Amino acid sequence: MLNTIWAFMIIAGVVWAALHGNIGAVTQGLLDSAADAVSLCVTMLGVVSMWTGILKIGERSGLVDSLARRMEPVLRFLFPRLPADHPARRSIAVNMIANMLGLGWAATPAGLQAMKELAQLEEDRRREENRRWEEDSRRQENRRQEEDSRRREKCRGAAPRTAAPPGTASREMCTFLIINISSLQLIPVNMIAFRRQYGSAAPAAIVGPAIAATAVSTLAAVLFCRAAGRTRGTEA
Amino acid sequence: MKFILWISDCLIPFTILFIVGFGALMRRPVYDDFAEGAKEGAKTVFGVFPTLIGLMTGVGALSASGLLDALSGALGRWIRAVGMPPQLVPVAVVKLFSSGAATGLALDIFKNYGPDSELGLAASLMLSCTETVFYTMSIYFLSVNVKKTRYTLPGALLATAAGIAASVFLAGRM
Repeated sequence: MLNTIWAFMIIAGVVWAALHGNIGAVTQGLLDSAADAVSLCVTMLGVVSMWTGILKIGERSGLVDSLARRMEPVLRFLFPRLPADHPARRSIAVNMIANMLGLGWAATPAGLQAMKELAQLEEDRRREENRRWEEDSRRQENRRQEEDSRRREKCRGAAPRTAAPPGTASREMCTFLIINISSLQLIPVNMIAFRRQYGSAAPAAIVGPAIAATAVSTLAAVLFCRAAGRTRGTEA
Repeated sequence: MKFILWISDCLIPFTILFIVGFGALMRRPVYDDFAEGAKEGAKTVFGVFPTLIGLMTGVGALSASGLLDALSGALGRWIRAVGMPPQLVPVAVVKLFSSGAATGLALDIFKNYGPDSELGLAASLMLSCTETVFYTMSIYFLSVNVKKTRYTLPGALLATAAGIAASVFLAGRM
């Protein structure tokens, strides 16, 4: 994806400049940007290393784990159908906490683990439903003589198909990803470094507004998930 | 708004105080842990260094050629109607696919308008409250072989749009 975007930027830039007589400016732009990247990296080196150092203390002292344990009420609200002792709960909680703190490297492995566990959960649900469905149809077969069709309808309704078919996202996966993509990060450290590099008078002034904006996007995500889960769900 | 800006001032020092305090309470060798984490952070920055040069030169070429301005000008009339500055459109669109490329575009805005200008603030906030929708979805869903993503994309795009709207709104009031 990035390959396409990058090639587009270079090719479109040079061709457009050649057509509009800006080619000299492009030379300057290329050289300046390469130099800018170096000084930006120096600024980032300081800010980012400081922050990852602090967060390492939080990780090692068990703070991330203890915060993840406190996510239980949130998980209950977001994933009402996720079984109480399911391993996906922990992975989801760690992923969310790591995302809030801006620990990308800790968030992604936990997130992929959560997806794997959610896929397993759906597999279990499918198996359970198949079993129930077979049982039901066997029972129906036996009762066919003595029971009327109305009763049979009712019996079939007793085993609703709620598991997503293979290759389809389960409701938990949709919710998890939408919340994840809505961005949970509380302190945008990289952005503070960038702003500092470009001479901002108050690089960290965006922290509060960024939290507010993140709250808005996450709120939109939560509302959407609740609504979509209710109307588009296959739950009987 | 005053309260939000007050949070900006306090959050980082208090977060650090809380984390270091917690570590000390747990009797962790906090300084050793810090040094180790900082080393990892430095490694990460060195890791992104080459890609950052690549992306910034790409954006540099695009910006110096005048194509970005032409694009913003062409989009301007429609985009302004919904209240979004046209210069932010490329940042928002590219962010759906790549965080690095969007950062390059945002830095171009910092350079031209300043990080504390309304545009600069809006770009800062936009990048802080959105994720790379398509990239994240493909990584997470591919890892479990899911092809039908149901309502994930509409939900993710809605959340992103809400975040962008909030960013532009808040940047105008800072």
